Amino acid sequence: MKNKLTALIATFFALGAQAQDAASNETTASVMRSNGKIYVVVAVVLTILFGLIAYVIRLDRKITKLEKEA
Amino acid sequence: MQFNWLKISAIVLLVYAVVGGLLLPVPELSQLGETIRNLYYHVCMWFAMMILYTISIIHSIKYLRNGKIEHDTKAVSYAGTGTYMGLLGYATGAIWASYTWADPNNPAYASFGSIMREPKLIGAATALLIYGAYFILRSSIADMDQRARVSAVYNIFSYAMLFPSIWIIPRLLPSLHPGQEGNPALNFNDIDARMRMVFYPAVLGWTFMGIWITTLIIRYKFLTEKKWMNNEK
Repeated sequence: MKNKLTALIATFFALGAQAQDAASNETTASVMRSNGKIYVVVAVVLTILFGLIAYVIRLDRKITKLEKEA
Repeated sequence: MQFNWLKISAIVLLVYAVVGGLLLPVPELSQLGETIRNLYYHVCMWFAMMILYTISIIHSIKYLRNGKIEHDTKAVSYAGTGTYMGLLGYATGAIWASYTWADPNNPAYASFGSIMREPKLIGAATALLIYGAYFILRSSIADMDQRARVSAVYNIFSYAMLFPSIWIIPRLLPSLHPGQEGNPALNFNDIDARMRMVFYPAVLGWTFMGIWITTLIIRYKFLTEKKWMNNEK
């Protein structure tokens, strides 16, 4: 679990580094920069949504474990 | 934990509601602009609330018919999640209204004072307060069976009060809120076909998410009851 979490955090740092590169080069045309950058909003909302879903799944797992013990 | 159809479709439909809701084309209306996309989120909260309240009253009726305390636990859990979604609907509606009805930078829009007199807002607040009284009533009765019985009857009353407060009275009075002459978002004449493609899946997605969270609460309550009964022995 801890290893997975570390890997996830490391991935976010890597993504952040890539974003810096993109920002320094203004002419970079990518999917994220097209259409008024709405895709950035989609990515942010999806990250939050996935975070919430992961939280609910984790709660579900914990309760299942407790039910098996009880 | 098991991934049943409900949990999987909740995840899939919500991802679709976010991606499709933000990216798919919507009709261009002068006052709403892109905020029309809030239909997929704000309106869905109220739909989910109504469905969860319906599940809650079904469990209350079941409790009154057979007296099994588990139905009372289920009824209060569904009513709790329903109220929570209603509060979220209220909060999102407040944000939406402050940019489309009462923008101080736009003189054509109404003032905040006139928004406060909106029959839909007052009706929704009344309905939520009636459900708030349900939880206060429950917590004020110590005896388990009496609490279950009284609150089951009150739950039926509060469900019945939903209809005048959020369905009937707001339709009789003039309002800025859409849906004066029928059912907002359900009427085939006032919702664009492109929006229906996202709106109906979004309603289902948010409702399934609400049901999933409620099942977690119910299981947690059963566990604490079990623990409590083991300690009694």
